[in-house]
Order: sequence, then C-alpha cells, then structure tokens
Amino acid sequence: MKPIRILIRSVSSAFKSVVRNLSLSIASISCIIITLILVAFAILLSANVNNFTKDIEGDLTVVVFVNKDATDENIEDLKKNIDVVPNIKEITYKSKDQMKEEMQKENEAFDKIMSEWKEGENPLQPCFIILVNDIESIGETANTIKNLEHVDIVKYGEGMVERLVSIFDIVKKVTIVAVVALVFVTAFLISNTIKITIYSRKNEIDIMRLVGTSNMVIKLPFLFEGLFLGILGSIIPVLVTIYGYVFFYDKMGGVLFTDIISLIEPYNFVFQISGALVIIGAIVGMYGSYKSVRKYLKI
Amino acid sequence: MSFIELQNVYKIYKNGVTAVADMNLKINKGDFVFVIGHTACGKSTLIKMLYREEKPTKGSVYVGGINVAKLKNSKVYKLRRKIGIVFQDYKLLPKLTAYENVAFVLQSYGYKESEIKPKVIEALSRVGLKEKLRSFPDEMSGGEQQRVCIARAIVNKPKVLVCDEPTGNLDPDTSKEIMNVLSNINKEMGTTIIMATHDRDIVNRMKKRVVVIKNGVLAGDYEKGSYKVDEAH
Repeated sequence: MKPIRILIRSVSSAFKSVVRNLSLSIASISCIIITLILVAFAILLSANVNNFTKDIEGDLTVVVFVNKDATDENIEDLKKNIDVVPNIKEITYKSKDQMKEEMQKENEAFDKIMSEWKEGENPLQPCFIILVNDIESIGETANTIKNLEHVDIVKYGEGMVERLVSIFDIVKKVTIVAVVALVFVTAFLISNTIKITIYSRKNEIDIMRLVGTSNMVIKLPFLFEGLFLGILGSIIPVLVTIYGYVFFYDKMGGVLFTDIISLIEPYNFVFQISGALVIIGAIVGMYGSYKSVRKYLKI
Repeated sequence: MSFIELQNVYKIYKNGVTAVADMNLKINKGDFVFVIGHTACGKSTLIKMLYREEKPTKGSVYVGGINVAKLKNSKVYKLRRKIGIVFQDYKLLPKLTAYENVAFVLQSYGYKESEIKPKVIEALSRVGLKEKLRSFPDEMSGGEQQRVCIARAIVNKPKVLVCDEPTGNLDPDTSKEIMNVLSNINKEMGTTIIMATHDRDIVNRMKKRVVVIKNGVLAGDYEKGSYKVDEAH
C-alpha cells in the first residue's frame, strides 16, 4: 500500500505544481503544442509519401518483348535465364494471343482493328511482365535482361520513376530528421520548465532530503509533472490532426492533385497518429524532466 | 561500541581547508552533549557528518552501529529517518501550516493519513504548540517556529536529535524555552541530543557534557557540569 500512497501523493503534488506554476506551465504546454503539431504534420506527410511510393512501386514493371522468331523452347529458356537475374520478384508470361485479347478488352478502337486480323495473323510480340524487388535498381535489372538471348525490347519507367521515387525518399528522410529534431527541442523545453520548477522548490527539496525522504519520492513528482505537461500539450495537436486531416482528405477528394497519388484514408490513420502524438508527448515530457532531475537534483 | 562514535575523523575540503582533524569522540545513548567553539571551528562540519551532509575525508563515523562514512548515497535517507535535525533558521515551508510542516515528513515516508494525524498532534503537543496547528510560519514568533522545527524533527521518534545552533536566532528568554523543550525530549523520550551552540549562558546553566572544538581539533571533553566558560574562550 505504501508505494501506491506515495504514487498518489506524487501525482497530486505534480498536478498542484502544474497549477501553482501556471504561467510557466502554459508557456511550456504552448511550445509542446506547436512542436507536436509540426511533428504531426511531418508524420502525416511522411506516411503519405511512403504510401505514394508503395503505390507506384507496386505498379511498376519491366516489360520484356521477345523476338518474333523465338520458338516455344527459346521462350522457355529465356524465362529460365530471366529467373536467375538478381532483383526479380515475379515473372508473368503473356503470349501474342493473350496480348491481343487484353488489348481488345482495353480499348474499343484496338478491338475493331484487331478483330479484322485473320487467324494466324498477329504482328504482336509475346512478352514477360516482370516485378522487381528493389525499385531503385530497376534500370540495372532491365539492362541485364536486355543482353539475354531472344530479347527484343525491354521497357520500364526509364528514369522518371526512379527520380520520383528518389524525391519521395528525400522528402521522407527530411521529415524524419525534422521530427527527431522537433522531439529534441520539445524535450529541451520541458527539461527547462522542470529545471525552473526544481529551483523554485529548492527549499522544499532540501528539507525533504534532510528529513529522510527517499530519492525516489523526491524525484517522482517532477517526472509526473513532465509527463503531465507532455500529455496536456498533446491534446490540441491530436484534435488538429483528427479534424485537420479529415477536412483535408474530404476537400481533396482522397487524392493529391492527381488520381495517381492517393491519400491514406483518415480512419483509423488519424487515431494511430493521435496515439503516437500522445505517446511522444508523454515520453518526451518524462525524458525532459528526467534530464533535469538528473542534472539539477543531485541527491 | 558507543551509540555515536567518531574514530580518527578528518574533514579536509577541496580548497585545502581542514575543518576537522583527528577527531575521536564517543557519545552514549540518551546523552545530552553540547558542542561548542568559535565560529568556523568545525562544529557545524562535525554535526553535518553525523547525518551525512558532509562525508569525512578519513576515519569512521558510527551512528547506531552504522558507519555513516561508508554509507551509499542512495541509503542516506534511511539514516536520516533515525536522526532528527533542528536548524538555526528553522527551514519551515512558508506556505504550509504548522501541522502540515510536520505532517509532510510522514507523508513523504508513505504513512497513512490516519497514522499521521495522532503522531503530528503528539509532536506538536510535546513542544507546546497544540493550539497553533493551523498557524502559518509568518504568523508565529521565532521561538514558535523553532518549536515547529523541533516537532518536525521528533515526529518520527528518532534516536538522535542533532541541533545546529537552534537558539542562534532567538532572544535569551525564548532560548530558555527551547532548551526546556529539548531537555524534556531528552528526559522523556530518551533521545540522544547533540547540540552545537555559541551560547555560553545556556551551556553553563544546563550543566551537560560539553565537547570543545578549536580549529577543528577536540580541545576538551567535560563531564556534566564540569565545564567553565573561561576554559573554552
């Protein structure tokens, strides 16, 4: 029971301290609000960029057109040869007839023209549709395949895709760095608030030390105070994230400028981000106060 | 071994000042001992070493069989729960009432409110402040504030009471009252009391054991009533 009583007293003392040093607490909470909103923005951006990249990566293929004069045996050999090329995830073979069928289904004009072709008359080339593991080395993979026997033409996004993916990659990295930096700024702000609280209660801490209060009991209220500041500071960013993202998603119709770039659906995405914000607030709050307690509360 | 024992204790500060040198002292349980000497003679350092606010540079300081000098920092609080400390400047929290100032010690130990109340009232009654439970420090006289400080020091019934110039800020009459309170605690609770003081009148009148310190060295140790002012000054 003793530890529970000590815990309850620490929580109540921390709460009182937040109220007692109201102006300082408000200043701290305001800073946390601003940083966490920026953190939320960075996470939303980073998650969406990640989503776009995955979407594009999923759609990206290498198409290998086989020589017209290749026999079934040659095609079988080529498949085996492609199979051993590094970075290959999946190979699908499409014969001339399959190609024709698909093109007819896709487009009415094609259908009209192709339906006039006589039986056995099909100028299309059979092909392999290849999915790769690593999108960044798709060019290299395509080049290797190009040099294989019976390969006529190899087609893929050629540059544009890689550039897009690498731009997304840079955006992602920059946002991660920004999030980490912001988290540290918040931790520093909280640590500063706790430092001032420690100084303002120096007298009380000295007396507690001298009358035999255990170190843990002296330190706990400060750790809880940091925790409270972190959690209180995350409330507004959570609301901004939930309402802001839902509003943005609805306003944009679920896509970013073009249908190719679709946004992540708001539910449960916003709740996950909100949870992350509260956890970041709490951890950063505790960490900030822990830093100050360690540095300025040498017992 | 005596209840409190100092064996070849040295305290040399980082700036090279020797506050205590080769100190050997034995104090039995239930004793009332005055520690006297000029300002900066080392008596405060000696007192502070007892509750491990200062660590001796060399030697051993035993309190209740524990070598305080070797006590880990994380265990110091356990020692301090057995030692009551009375300060010259009272060290009360200005925003708390007399009751709260005393209760806050037990609260920080994790006691239940129902256990705290009788203990605090008993401690405040012992120092004659039962009627001032709800008074804030700035509503009390210096003597009353010092009595709250004493009540806070004895509320956990410590075996030792360490007093660092408790009458230093008080007039002679109030000092007498404080000395009566301390004397009663010594007699009724059997608490060992070690008191650093400048006050010759108190020392002469109380007729207790007197330890004289001069330049950090034990200059004299006088049994009850055998001390005369002239010998120390």
